[in-house]
Amino acid sequence: MKLHNISFGNIKRRKGKMLFLVLGLVIGISTVVTLLSITESMTKNIEERLNQFGANIIVVPKSENLSLNYGGIDVGGVNYKVREFDQKRLLEIKTIKNSKNLAIVAPKVLGPVQINDKTILLMGVIFEEELALKTWWQKQGGTYPEKENEVMLGSQVAMLLGFKSGDIIHISDQPFTITTILKQTGASEDNAIIASLGASQAILGKQGKISMVEISAFCQGCPITELTLQIAEKFPDGKVTAMKQVVMSKMQSIEMFKSFSLGISVIVIFIGSLLVLVTMMGSVNERTREIGIFRAIGFRRGHVMQVILLEALLLGIIGGIIGFTLGNLIAYSVIPLVMKDSVFVGINTNLGIVSILMAVALSLLASLYPAFKASNMDPSEALRAL
Amino acid sequence: MTQIDHLIQIHDLKKTYQSGDTKVDAIKQMDFFIDDEEFITIMGQSGSGKSTLLSIIGALNHPTKGKVLVDSLDLYSLSAEQRADFRSEYIGFIFQSFQLIPYLTVLENIKLPMAVTGQKKKVKNQMALDVIQRVGLGSKANRLPDQLSGGEQERVAIARAIVNKPPIILADEPTGNLDTKTAGDIMLLLQSLNKDGHTVIVVTHNQDMETYATRSIKVSDGECFI
Repeated sequence: MKLHNISFGNIKRRKGKMLFLVLGLVIGISTVVTLLSITESMTKNIEERLNQFGANIIVVPKSENLSLNYGGIDVGGVNYKVREFDQKRLLEIKTIKNSKNLAIVAPKVLGPVQINDKTILLMGVIFEEELALKTWWQKQGGTYPEKENEVMLGSQVAMLLGFKSGDIIHISDQPFTITTILKQTGASEDNAIIASLGASQAILGKQGKISMVEISAFCQGCPITELTLQIAEKFPDGKVTAMKQVVMSKMQSIEMFKSFSLGISVIVIFIGSLLVLVTMMGSVNERTREIGIFRAIGFRRGHVMQVILLEALLLGIIGGIIGFTLGNLIAYSVIPLVMKDSVFVGINTNLGIVSILMAVALSLLASLYPAFKASNMDPSEALRAL
Repeated sequence: MTQIDHLIQIHDLKKTYQSGDTKVDAIKQMDFFIDDEEFITIMGQSGSGKSTLLSIIGALNHPTKGKVLVDSLDLYSLSAEQRADFRSEYIGFIFQSFQLIPYLTVLENIKLPMAVTGQKKKVKNQMALDVIQRVGLGSKANRLPDQLSGGEQERVAIARAIVNKPPIILADEPTGNLDTKTAGDIMLLLQSLNKDGHTVIVVTHNQDMETYATRSIKVSDGECFI
């Protein structure tokens, strides 16, 4: 016979009451787990969506001239003379400390070409990277270019030159098949011919050169300033610009969700703890007679406390496990309802351990006063109830 | 004869209960002793103070005045935890209405006082098996209390009281809820425990029980008459 036999026996006997106590813990823990899981999924979703807005870091060669461009309107006259980087140096971006945060690295070469006596901007890109970055691009039929001798035209260029999908366009006397025309975006690509990086470098005579790099950094609580500095170190002759609005809004959204979840969690945990406290107090009051017997047959105060706290510990573990499981199940069902296209991020083992520890701590804390009260019960008073 | 020769010595004992402004003297004044291996019945009407006296002897109820010496130990000069240890070592309680723990089996109920003693599991098991055989409930060890008759429950209560081999057994109306025959059997069991060396003190209002005792103490209106 050990003290834990008494605790186990009491839990088995008072199933209803103990269920109610576990319920308090389950409500608290499952709410926290649900909110944290939803927040995590939403954060990931928001990040993905924000990343779809395009690059949040741009690397261009350093210039001593200020840009005379505002809102897409260039007031300094057309200047297609641009400085370049060596393409080989792109690899250096991948060596920065936070390189795992770099989702897309899209280099470009830019330069003017003559088509039908008109000077047009030729933009050489790596199609795979560019299309991953510019998810808002929409084509007017056809397919996106895949080969070196394929191009696509911005809507303004196509209109100006009178080309359509499937036509052949000669750039510097080389024939290229126009696989598609982009729908109007309102951005620079409307006025450009977009070809592969290699072909464009050859046409512009800029083999192995790139004019700029657009980078999409994918990260939680993104150290964007840090990333910018790390990239700048690799490109001392370049200007690295972080598009702070995008990052700031990302951070603000995440912080807002986190604060909201924390607030709700604290309230629910508080209510759950009260429920445990009230139930445990009720249980102790009901057991006055028993406690009197324990004390009369030689149990010390500490022994009585051990019996009550052991029960709390066991119920805490049960409540933690059920709460964590239920929280994940709720999160799994609720996430698609609260945020379209969002998916459950999966079971977080660390959160599971923390949940169980939290349930145990809550259960023990809430049972501390009832246990203290029980242990300090005057045995003669308790036995008068006999 | 010196004071030390007696197992239990009660000196100038007084116990007053207070509820608000009302004071009730449960024990007005008592002086007596009980020797080792005696079988004592404390007789008295309901409200005479006999149960209060038993709880004071059992180190459960602090007297308002006076001393209780057991084995020359001044019980109420000890701390609450020391008195708990004293109860564990010296006293076996048999309560009114059995007071078994309903969610523990017969064997677990009997082993309950051993939960706080330091013996090895094997020793505890042997001691519990010995007493369960002694009270004749060997075949019902794994039953719950509500699956037993009143007499059997009383036997479990007695087994629980003696499992730690305490020198003193205190019983509060142990036959109050039993029929005459079963009550007689229980008194015989207590008598045999007394013959084995336990000092037995039984509180009862049933005068028939006096025949089993070696001595009787009568309590009336908070005073005792030897």
